[in-house]
Amino acid sequence: MDETTHKLTTALRQAVRGRISRREFTQLALASGVSLAAANSMFSKAWADEPKKGGTLKIGVGHGATTDSMDPGTYPDQFTGTALWGTLANSLTEIDADGNVVGDIAESFESSDGAKKWVFKVRKGVTFHDGKPVTADDVVASLQHHRGADSKSAAKSLLKEIVVLKADGPDTVVFELTGGNADFPYTVSDYHMPIMPKKPDGTVDWESGNRTGAYKLVKFEPGVKATFTKNENYYKPGKGWFDAVEFYSIKDSAARTNALLSGEIHYMDRCDLKTLDQLQANTDFTVTEITGYGHYIYVMNVTQKPFDDVNVRMAIKYSMDRKDILDKVFFGHGTVGNDNPIAPTVKFAVDPLPKHVYDPDKAKEYLKKAGLDSLAFDLSVSDAAFSGAVDSAILWKEHAKKAGIDINVIKEPDDGYWDNVWLKKPFVASYWSGRPTVDWMMTTAYAADAAWNDTFWKNARFNELLVAARSETDEPKRAAMYAEMQQILHDDGGLVNMQFNPYVEAHVKNMGHGKVAANWQLDGMRIAERWWFT
Amino acid sequence: MTAQAPDLRSVRARRSLWQNVRRTLATAPISAWFGMIVIVVYVTAAIFAPWLAPYGESEVVGRAYQPSSEQFWLGTDQIGRDLFSRLIYGARNTIGIAFVTTMLSFAIGGTLGVLTALKRGWLDQAVSRIVDAFLAIPVLIFALMLLAVFGKHILNLILILALLDSTRVFRLARATALNVVVMDYVEAAKLRGEGNRWIIFKEVLPNILPPLITEFGLRFCFVFLTIAALSFLGVGIQPPTADWGSMVAESKTLITFPVRTFPYIPAPFYPALAIALLTVGINFVVDWFLHKTSGLRDEK
Amino acid sequence: MHPVLKTVLQRLGLGLLTLFVVSVVIFASLEMLPGGFAEAILGQGATPETVAAFNHQVGLDRPATVRYLEWIWNILHGDFGYSYAGLGGNIKRSVSELIAPRLYNTFFLAIMTAVVAVPLSLFLGIMAALYRNSWYDRIVNTITLTTIATPEFFIAYLLMFFFAIKHRWFYSLSTVSENTPLLEHMYRAALPALTLTLVIVAHMMRMTRASLINLLASPYMEMAQLKGVPRREAIVKHALPNAWAPIATVIAFNLAYLVVGVVVVEVVYVYPGIGQLMVDSVSSRDMPVVQACALIFAATYILLNLSADIVSIVTNPRLLHPK
Repeated sequence: MDETTHKLTTALRQAVRGRISRREFTQLALASGVSLAAANSMFSKAWADEPKKGGTLKIGVGHGATTDSMDPGTYPDQFTGTALWGTLANSLTEIDADGNVVGDIAESFESSDGAKKWVFKVRKGVTFHDGKPVTADDVVASLQHHRGADSKSAAKSLLKEIVVLKADGPDTVVFELTGGNADFPYTVSDYHMPIMPKKPDGTVDWESGNRTGAYKLVKFEPGVKATFTKNENYYKPGKGWFDAVEFYSIKDSAARTNALLSGEIHYMDRCDLKTLDQLQANTDFTVTEITGYGHYIYVMNVTQKPFDDVNVRMAIKYSMDRKDILDKVFFGHGTVGNDNPIAPTVKFAVDPLPKHVYDPDKAKEYLKKAGLDSLAFDLSVSDAAFSGAVDSAILWKEHAKKAGIDINVIKEPDDGYWDNVWLKKPFVASYWSGRPTVDWMMTTAYAADAAWNDTFWKNARFNELLVAARSETDEPKRAAMYAEMQQILHDDGGLVNMQFNPYVEAHVKNMGHGKVAANWQLDGMRIAERWWFT
Repeated sequence: MTAQAPDLRSVRARRSLWQNVRRTLATAPISAWFGMIVIVVYVTAAIFAPWLAPYGESEVVGRAYQPSSEQFWLGTDQIGRDLFSRLIYGARNTIGIAFVTTMLSFAIGGTLGVLTALKRGWLDQAVSRIVDAFLAIPVLIFALMLLAVFGKHILNLILILALLDSTRVFRLARATALNVVVMDYVEAAKLRGEGNRWIIFKEVLPNILPPLITEFGLRFCFVFLTIAALSFLGVGIQPPTADWGSMVAESKTLITFPVRTFPYIPAPFYPALAIALLTVGINFVVDWFLHKTSGLRDEK
Repeated sequence: MHPVLKTVLQRLGLGLLTLFVVSVVIFASLEMLPGGFAEAILGQGATPETVAAFNHQVGLDRPATVRYLEWIWNILHGDFGYSYAGLGGNIKRSVSELIAPRLYNTFFLAIMTAVVAVPLSLFLGIMAALYRNSWYDRIVNTITLTTIATPEFFIAYLLMFFFAIKHRWFYSLSTVSENTPLLEHMYRAALPALTLTLVIVAHMMRMTRASLINLLASPYMEMAQLKGVPRREAIVKHALPNAWAPIATVIAFNLAYLVVGVVVVEVVYVYPGIGQLMVDSVSSRDMPVVQACALIFAATYILLNLSADIVSIVTNPRLLHPK
């Protein structure tokens, strides 16, 4: 760093703290050869970068139902996730803006025995909102909540691999797994698994909302709103800047936009893509677009004809003009997929070659290889899979015609789509919100024995690598294994990954933040503790 | 039905049909003329849509939300389809669906209403109780449920809306018919030994027609609105079919974005205007008809 | 027995029958809907295991007839049951507790609208009948027809644009809660009330005008005219009393609409009313809540119609004093 920059940075820091005035700073900057405009922008940027306390943050979320409950096992979506987890609570670990897992309630964690045994140390000095310190017993009870035989928790299947879960002293939790899993710390970062206080009877108190997070629950009105006030004793330094936070469930996208335009909320998620240009043109607001882990896919059952032939699968993969669909249906918002379900922002993600782009001639070639002149099949879709699924399928039908493929688009009812169509019909539209690790995603949807293996794809080499990589603690070796797995899936699997969908959100200009996380919407669902007003 | 001696029953008209129509039209007020012109224009657009529309119904012809120009008279919609073409195709779908739905609901509700008024007894009781129950369930929510049960196909939509609407028609038809069936001429026809069909279609129906036609005008327009509301709530007519109600709902977010360039009116205004104009037109004609049949003399 | 009392008792009896039929129809429709409560809550993440656990806790693993009979038995004992959401935990949410604040909000909005809309439409209707075929009549007619013919959400968004976004005079969000002060509640509910007023005034005004004009042709009105009674007096004193019955019917219909039919307006303004609750509960298959909402809607409809009938009897001497 040269001397001028150093001087300026120091001056800026002082200016932000109020030690020198804006005019003094500008004079100094001009003296060191910086233009007035640049000096001004440096100054305001520094202001925005420096977190400030205060204000009531109001967020409009496009989810929320009257059936929402405080039970974290049943948190269905962004509303409960962001409000009742990201604002109110902490898990054992969390995923930072770069996609790495770091300790949250756990101060540290380490594995032994080929990642089969995990020991988590509970952070000292963390207290629940009622002042009670967090102990290993609370952690055990919180996770046990999802594991009982009659558990209705969405996290139940995630925790299946745990054989032994016990507290070892007041601040140590020990996990023993069925097999090695180097990514286990990621698992316990899930938003269904906040740490809650244990009750005298051994169960956990999920009802009261007494948690550890940056904000305390004031009132939760399911399907309407949730209000929070600052937790003065929050353990994380430099987090939780607002005095109060309010979440509103506004499911209608137009109403959400209007609430933002009329100044009733400061932040909205799930912007309407149709009118995004108009919103972006409005200088009072900032639109953010983060490519997350979620992806819109069409999945075929590879055990059924004609999809059991890999050449047919390749022909289908080359018959879709993903760019055209992205432009027309999603107004250019998103990243085209390449038949790899691992988002580019996930650790160990690769972009396999050759890229599956629209190529009718290549599709025809593959059809010929399969011994076919033309191909016709049914595609079952519904906007319940992802909004835009029907329109995309209709466009795809047009693209595929040129490759001699006739897609018969069947529009299935929205209600019960996941029960009656997905995993039942041979070729369907599907959606994955994605997982933070390669292993987690692959184990959930592409492992031979996965409950949600929606392509019914069983590849021996892939499954071998999956198990091997899970307990591999040497990173370069693991990276190589994961690269090979993604390549196999790309070349052989039954998924057509149309695109990774972005989180498109908008907020008022006067908000500051660090690097925005990609693992969930709303800055990894933890916007309330990570953002501030400038 | 007995077919002999038709001379007894048919009274020769003093004027031919055409003379009657001309006489009636000559006395029509401006508002009725306006209404009739609107209806004729709409029906023409609906019938000749493929020849009138410059582009296809779901053809993507350009960028999204272009302002009106010589190429696209009303501009383009959210995915770059020609709005004018979609409006014209929308006339065909919207009016077609509304017409079929309303006719069906009047066929079911009207017939049942008159029949129960005539017969009374257990049939009347049973039908009336069921209709009461259906009337007491909110239409929109019930339609949502039924569409979820039977699937969102257009045919299902028409049948469900017709069925729900027919309960309203039934009540009106039954109530008005009850006043008519006690009239002497109906008694006389009964004594003459006329069949049910004769009594319903020749004696009762002509005499309850005015209120039924008024209702028809309103019901017809309410079908658009119900479809618009259903589209708003996420069911209703599925894209890419052009339907005015759905077109308004699809571009709802645009209503509140400020209009930027002057000649450019936001997309949802056109279909909304189309609906409003047709409703006003139809009801002007209905009002005039009502006025004529009420026996009220014009006073200037 | 007094004719009014007789009608009331008769109608209430029939009303109970109607309520019963409604509950059967709604229950049957819910049963026919694809997917159940557990699937609706768990979505894509439903595994047979968790679905079974859910269903067992909620009692959905028993036959439909048993569940219906049990439900109706409890209703007869005044117990609306518990929402499926939260069942199995320590905080059970009773249906009445869930519905009460929503019902209050819905009635609040309905009353607020009715207080403005009913007198306004009567006034406009009488004026239109009085000066029929004048420019006033035509203009009011066209305007009301246009508001009838415009989708509710369109009107709502337009009002929101002018009054909440362009000029920030009102709120665009009508989120209220139990501890919202009365005045703020009214302020927040102003735009939804205005929207609903525009929607229902047209219908009521047109019916008032039509009923009055219908009577103008009757012999006694001609008589009054011949006698030289001023037109205004003839309409207000002679026609209006005879037109109360149809007017009351249409007012009852519209008031019922204010309670049962406003889900679209609730969605646009994010007003926590009972319509949204019912739509939510239908999509999550929360049977006890859906049933309770349906019964409330049906009861509202029945009671309002009954009131309209009473008005018709009271204003019609022939019905009030039968031979």
